Amino acid sequence: MPTEVVLGLAVAGTFVLYALLGGADFGGGVWDLLAMGPRKAEQRALISRAIGPVWEVNHVWLIVGLVLLFSGFPRAFAALSVALHVPLTLLVLGIVFRGTAFTFRAYDTRGDAVERRWGVLFSVASVVAPLLLGMCVGAVASDTIRMQGHAVVSGFFASWTSPFALAVGVLTLGLFAFLAAVYLTHEAHTPELAEDFRRRALVTGGLLFPLAFGVLLLSREGAPRVWTGLSQTSVALALHGGTAVAAVAAFALLWTRRFRAARVAAATQAGLIVLGWAVSQAPYLVYPALTLRSAAASPTVQKLLLVALAVGAVLVVPSLVLLFRVFRPQPPGAPPSPT
Amino acid sequence: MLMGMTDLLYARAQMGLSLAFHIVFAAAGVALPVLMVLSDWKHRRTGDPDYRKLSEKLAKGTAILFAVGAVSGTVLSFELGLLWPEFMGRYGEVIGLPFSLEGVAFFTEAIFLGIYLYGRERVSPGLHLFSGVMVAVSGAASAFFVTLVNTFMNNPSGFTATASGPTDVQPLVAMFSPGWQYQTAHVLLSCYQASAFAMAGIHAFILLKHPGAAFHKKALSVALPLACLTALLQPLVGDLSAKHVAREQPVKLAAMEGHFETQVGAPLRLGGGIDVPKGLSILAFGDPNAEVKGLNDFPRDTWPPVAKVHVAFQVMVGTGSLMALLALVTLWRRWRGRAWPHGRGLMRAWLVAGPLGLVALEAGWLVTEWGRQPWIVRGVMRTGEAVTPVPHLAAPFFTFTAVYLFLGVTVLFVLWRQVASTLPGAPPGAPSVDGKGSAHAH
Repeated sequence: MPTEVVLGLAVAGTFVLYALLGGADFGGGVWDLLAMGPRKAEQRALISRAIGPVWEVNHVWLIVGLVLLFSGFPRAFAALSVALHVPLTLLVLGIVFRGTAFTFRAYDTRGDAVERRWGVLFSVASVVAPLLLGMCVGAVASDTIRMQGHAVVSGFFASWTSPFALAVGVLTLGLFAFLAAVYLTHEAHTPELAEDFRRRALVTGGLLFPLAFGVLLLSREGAPRVWTGLSQTSVALALHGGTAVAAVAAFALLWTRRFRAARVAAATQAGLIVLGWAVSQAPYLVYPALTLRSAAASPTVQKLLLVALAVGAVLVVPSLVLLFRVFRPQPPGAPPSPT
Repeated sequence: MLMGMTDLLYARAQMGLSLAFHIVFAAAGVALPVLMVLSDWKHRRTGDPDYRKLSEKLAKGTAILFAVGAVSGTVLSFELGLLWPEFMGRYGEVIGLPFSLEGVAFFTEAIFLGIYLYGRERVSPGLHLFSGVMVAVSGAASAFFVTLVNTFMNNPSGFTATASGPTDVQPLVAMFSPGWQYQTAHVLLSCYQASAFAMAGIHAFILLKHPGAAFHKKALSVALPLACLTALLQPLVGDLSAKHVAREQPVKLAAMEGHFETQVGAPLRLGGGIDVPKGLSILAFGDPNAEVKGLNDFPRDTWPPVAKVHVAFQVMVGTGSLMALLALVTLWRRWRGRAWPHGRGLMRAWLVAGPLGLVALEAGWLVTEWGRQPWIVRGVMRTGEAVTPVPHLAAPFFTFTAVYLFLGVTVLFVLWRQVASTLPGAPPGAPSVDGKGSAHAH
């Protein structure tokens, strides 16, 4: 396999992991905003406990993806940064307010009213950021970013405000909220709390079907290459089928309250959706101007980046395993066990 | 909107603002874990609960500052493209390696900080302390790697420049561009120095108000050794760094010193009409008769903004000298008294010196950034060539200015509440991190 394809897969891999981990943290913020019913406070406390130790770690996947993109495919990074300047700036503001408000909520202890105000900022930013992230993805997938030489000539708004891009934004938000709800069923300390999030997971999971179908329909007009790619090539069809199977499985497992397995199914579903986008996009980074090959850094750089990735994995993977082991969900009522 | 400011200036102002803001949190993220682990270790050695309390307070400070540092660092990695797409489009591949390794360090820092902050009740004491050490090591590594990128911009190497961008890219050569050892040492020391001085200043302030507060004397005994050590080492490293600048970036040196005419045996101008004969030649080249190039020998369109660079340099050297002097006095008293001193006069001095580390850090960073202008990559790419074609850059500039003002004030307020809860007579029930949390996702 050519190195630029390996590197492209690595970028796609970081996006998948960011969606599964960082995306779920945004989803947690969505459920903080929508907390309701008799256990409103417990729901928020559970979300806060679940996100607290890991959100910064999960966020690093975005940084790694970004660094790999500008080191491995510098021309694509430059073009996307110009074409998507506006939504990326807004996305970054969302990321800033989500993270700082979450932290201030934990440490600014002037009483419930102040805590609530930080909570609102945290949760609203958690809704806005996934929408914008999805709109950026939609803009890239719709092939509406046009270039002449190195210059972007398609303007600063049209590509990410199309109906298709907006629909992808809403789908992203729904997907992150769904992931969070499914994960939280397994995190919950009491059966009642688990039920709260099971209901939320079933409703959002159910909404994802028409949402995904809507995106698919809009892609006929708005993103023709995605439409033909998703409905014609065999790899894409297989990914598509896998996504559907995982989605149905997640639904069935939630229905029968097998939360542990439901988590795996939901993560598979979300991961395959992101991969499906990456495959339908390949080999173009910005259609038709930049392909993996034409935007790639020189071969020496590519090889060294893969070495750096391998070295990084040797350090990061065992550390991540340790982190997730230390904070793994514990059965209700069990005392915390030293690892 | 300010009249006459071009989009290039707004872009530079936004980048400068974002870096000036981030650099404070980055420095704290590098140094506070060291102080936190030191207190933790002192607690384990002496059994004194005050040191445990101190390490918990420092951990909370680290948590707040690291969170703001993480998001403001994210802003910067996006801004590289949002503001300087041509720079990234051409040189992204040349500097990608240190950025990637910085990503790895950021990862381990975030992972072990999560374990350290939330895992005290869940992991063994040994693993807990190890996590703290890993946070400190990762923080230093990430500052090291990101400084390598700046060294490259000052002294680019490892590629052949052509009209269409770099060819023959050798990433390992670029990663260790000339002068990397001085610049990284200078930056790392400044992180420890700025944080240790700030911490010493806070506790000196409290000791002036509550002279008997044992907890704050102990806190001072953790901060002072690091503050004194770094304050004395920094002038030596700074001198090596300046000598390297004199050899490799003579325009920058001339701007730093406000030196216009090329001169053999150049004097050092201390301001106020006081000159040290041959001082500049000695400082820059270690030779009283060395020739120091003046700005007039260089084309006008390659001059950095001389006044700004000169003033920033004076501020850095001035504050650095004051801090070194205070360190000497403090060490002398420590040696005479066999304990870290906390007399009122000295505490007043430390209170005043508290912010100087940060002042010197910001001033030094301004020297290197303004001093490199008009280049973004010295000698091969001008800052104006790198800027984004996106118009109306005033809008993001003013937005980020407002956001960073709000965040800065909030952080100061929240940190002050943390400190206030340790004051003698402060009500208990201080804010606490939930140690029994759980995390999702595998």
